Amino acid sequence: MKFGVVVFPGSNCDHDCYHGVKEVLRQPVQFIWHGSRTLPAVDCLILPGGFSYGDYLRTGAIARFAEIMDQVREHAQSGKPVIGICNGFQILLEAGLLPGAMLRNRNLNFICKYVLLKVESTRSPFIRYIPKDKLLRIPVAHGEGNYYCDAETLSQLRANRQILFRYCDSQGAVTDAANPNGSVDNIAGICNAQGNVVGMMPHPERCMETAMGSADGLELFRSLLQSAQSLVSG
Amino acid sequence: MKKRKKTTTRRKTKTARAARPQPAVPVACAGDRALNPALIKEHGLTPKEYATIRKILGRVPTYTELGMFSVMWSEHCSYKNSRPVLKQFPTRGPRVIQGPGENAGVMDIGDGRAICFKVESHNHPSAIEPYQGAATGVGGILRDIFTMGARPVACLNSLRFGKLSHAKARHIFTGVVSGIAGYGNCIGVPTIGGEVVFDDTYLDNCLVNVMAVGFMKREHLALGRATGVGNRVFYIGATTGRDGIHGATFASDELSAKAEERRSAVQVADPFMEKLLLEATLELIRGQHLIGIQDMGAAGLTCSTSEMGARAGTGLEIELDHVPQRELEMAPYEILLSESQERMLLVARPGHENQVTEILEKWHLHAADIGRVTNDGRLRVRHHGKLVADVPAGALADTKFPGYPTYIRPTRKPAYLAKVGHIPARALKTKRPVGKDLLQLLASPNLCSKRYVWEQYDHMVRTNTVLLPGAGAAVIRIKHTDKAVAVSTDGNGRYTYLDPHMGGRIAVAEAARNVAVTGAEPLGVTDCLNFGNPMDPEIFWQFKHAVRGMAETCRALKIPVTGGNVSFYNESPAGAVDPAPVAGVVGLLEHAKQMVTPWFKSEGDRIVILGKTLAELGGSAWLYDLQGVKAGKPPRLDLKKEASLQKVLVAAARQGWLQSAQDCSDGGLAVALAECAFLGKTSGQSGWGAEIRLSSGLNDVELMFSETQSRAVVSLKQENVKKFLSLCRGRQVPAVEAGLVRGGKLTIFNRGRLLLDKSVIALKEAWSGGLKRYVQ
Repeated sequence: MKFGVVVFPGSNCDHDCYHGVKEVLRQPVQFIWHGSRTLPAVDCLILPGGFSYGDYLRTGAIARFAEIMDQVREHAQSGKPVIGICNGFQILLEAGLLPGAMLRNRNLNFICKYVLLKVESTRSPFIRYIPKDKLLRIPVAHGEGNYYCDAETLSQLRANRQILFRYCDSQGAVTDAANPNGSVDNIAGICNAQGNVVGMMPHPERCMETAMGSADGLELFRSLLQSAQSLVSG
Repeated sequence: MKKRKKTTTRRKTKTARAARPQPAVPVACAGDRALNPALIKEHGLTPKEYATIRKILGRVPTYTELGMFSVMWSEHCSYKNSRPVLKQFPTRGPRVIQGPGENAGVMDIGDGRAICFKVESHNHPSAIEPYQGAATGVGGILRDIFTMGARPVACLNSLRFGKLSHAKARHIFTGVVSGIAGYGNCIGVPTIGGEVVFDDTYLDNCLVNVMAVGFMKREHLALGRATGVGNRVFYIGATTGRDGIHGATFASDELSAKAEERRSAVQVADPFMEKLLLEATLELIRGQHLIGIQDMGAAGLTCSTSEMGARAGTGLEIELDHVPQRELEMAPYEILLSESQERMLLVARPGHENQVTEILEKWHLHAADIGRVTNDGRLRVRHHGKLVADVPAGALADTKFPGYPTYIRPTRKPAYLAKVGHIPARALKTKRPVGKDLLQLLASPNLCSKRYVWEQYDHMVRTNTVLLPGAGAAVIRIKHTDKAVAVSTDGNGRYTYLDPHMGGRIAVAEAARNVAVTGAEPLGVTDCLNFGNPMDPEIFWQFKHAVRGMAETCRALKIPVTGGNVSFYNESPAGAVDPAPVAGVVGLLEHAKQMVTPWFKSEGDRIVILGKTLAELGGSAWLYDLQGVKAGKPPRLDLKKEASLQKVLVAAARQGWLQSAQDCSDGGLAVALAECAFLGKTSGQSGWGAEIRLSSGLNDVELMFSETQSRAVVSLKQENVKKFLSLCRGRQVPAVEAGLVRGGKLTIFNRGRLLLDKSVIALKEAWSGGLKRYVQ
């Protein structure tokens, strides 16, 4: 599977995504410049974390106007996989490719730490093959990861099983104490109705090797590869 | 033929003259202030220095030139007071690629790769405007790293504040932490370690020292030299504004009660701009589009132009009209002295000028051709067609230039030392059980968990952090190799106050020891020397002896100093701060997998204590944080013992014998053992306990809380104990098998008597409550 990592001015997890895909997942990957108006032939797009345009104005608010975003939208609409991680998630929200918005963390501080995630759905190829009930240990690093949506959107997300990950404790219980940022319903990641566009605040690319303290992030990418495989063979 | 050539030359000269009619002497500009003794004093120049300037120029300087000399001859830029003392530092070694004198030091780590590192202070700006002061401190040190051609991969910081019971201390502390986070997180460089100390000596004058580390391929080394007469000089990055004018002079003065009014001397940070500048700069260097490059930090354009010329023995001619400006009608004085952030000066490789412009355009940054390199060693500045400054570049930036200021400051042993040498007897009379003291120490702001701080820093970005913060040294792997680098910053202001010489020795030793316990071999040092007013002979005495101590350890451990920073004038109306030399040590692990972590790993492992505990409570955390006393003689540091200990730690790690290793310092043996127990996560929630049996003639408090140097706590599998003890004997390192890892409690006996019996959970709870409870 061919991957493309979109680079905005201020992206800073672009190299980490590239490294994870190339060196750990061992799949072809290339950077895609934000000013490009065409997309190379890639299967999966990654919108990486960082501070695109310095997070000035509002996280993701400027990046959504980047030239490449028309291509990202088209890629998403054609049903191909797109994953926005952290700032990438914020950009997908601003671009309207995913519902909801981000608020500042409820303690008003930036938070960088490992959290536990409960996998809540099989809706997306990124999680379809993650063993059921497995808790993922993946770090967050953000100042604005307090996901918000109105009640109506939330019930739609629930009904369509678009909530992919929720912050939980070591027993798998979704509690307020386990919620690092105050997000609605402990939401850590969601997908669109089709399941091909995923946004998540935790950073799977940061924990794809045991040397980093956890390799749980690899699960998402393996699941994606497996989904593509079964699509071909099925 | 001959004649014709001559004519041509003459005609060319004539044309040039006609195009810009230049007076030979620089002229005054609109708004220039008249030179008088008061103005000269205001610029921090002595009458004698002013006379030297007149002699160098052969005339009265213009107001613009006065400003240039003022910043370049400030202590911050010239090291005029500290330089003779700094000569004590060893600066050479087989791995040194670039020693002091450039933007940052560079050392060889094999395989054609190098590590670039430096520490710098941003104390005064942070005291006045905590967020921006600390943020620009991070920005400044990162520029020093990528200017050399290295990609910044980590930041650490040594921070000192007043006690958090003061609202002012809380304001500065929380502001500084968010400033460091705001800048480092945005630019995408992980902040992976450091230290935070609270002591009222730093209430008005906090210390904010930031160290940055970068990785590079040797071939990408870039230097701040303006070579090649005729080469074009480019200004790149952000625009120039009126912020930070006289920041360097401000840094070279005491903080007065009126310091608040000098907030305009603090710059404003734009980490996004610097992220773009970082990428653009590395692209320029790696594409070999430039000859030399220097960042614009203290003293801005004046410093970068004069230093690049002075290092190369060339001159520069620049046109200020071409400098991108963000404010209207800026005077030459202001443009030359502005310390606006996120700017660089570079000399383009001939024929690559277009590439320079194109790359900067790609990153949406300014690139302005502002002048050229000349052969006469002079820095000539033009503005609106007029010559406004014409000074020898060397006079501003070359310490060997005739007349360049250097002072041998008088010293006097501080009077206070006679009073603080002995610990008052009442402080040592304690009937409290050791366990109670230990819990209280672990919960104290100086020893408790700093999670509140480092969770605000992105410490994982770039996916290299193989040892997360909170464990002494920080360790980052080097991708595409088998190697990793360990880094630690340390310094103890209390020790240095009580005994500057020992404080200096211990600062370097402790940083190196923290590196060595991870198994990494210490390679080099960068130093940040925070002291009071050097004009005070007692302060200068502290400085001189602290540097002597640091230099002794550097030589004993064979770790050269590759650069650093001197920060004087750390004073407020309340007096000078405790002298705080901070050492940042980098070390190399040839195989990242051989990294040793501090926590106990598995039940049954044997615990060995290295080094012999002495009755050394002077200056200890127990005495200060629990008894409220800052007195006594700090622990001695024996250079040979320290070197042997570190060799043993590194050798044993390479053999794979060490299950865990922890340095024993602040809080003594009790705190070190507690940390080994609760830092681990392998046994459920809280780590492993241990049973320790000691045999010492010291009293309980001395045995548990003395901060004797050159000690460490290690654990090993039983089958490796013998080999390890034999290694220690060979190196003459005292080593005692003192117990084993087991259960969920830490129990300590001395000569059969129970001293301490606490559950690991209780110890961890005391410690991990952390700073939050003091801040909220």
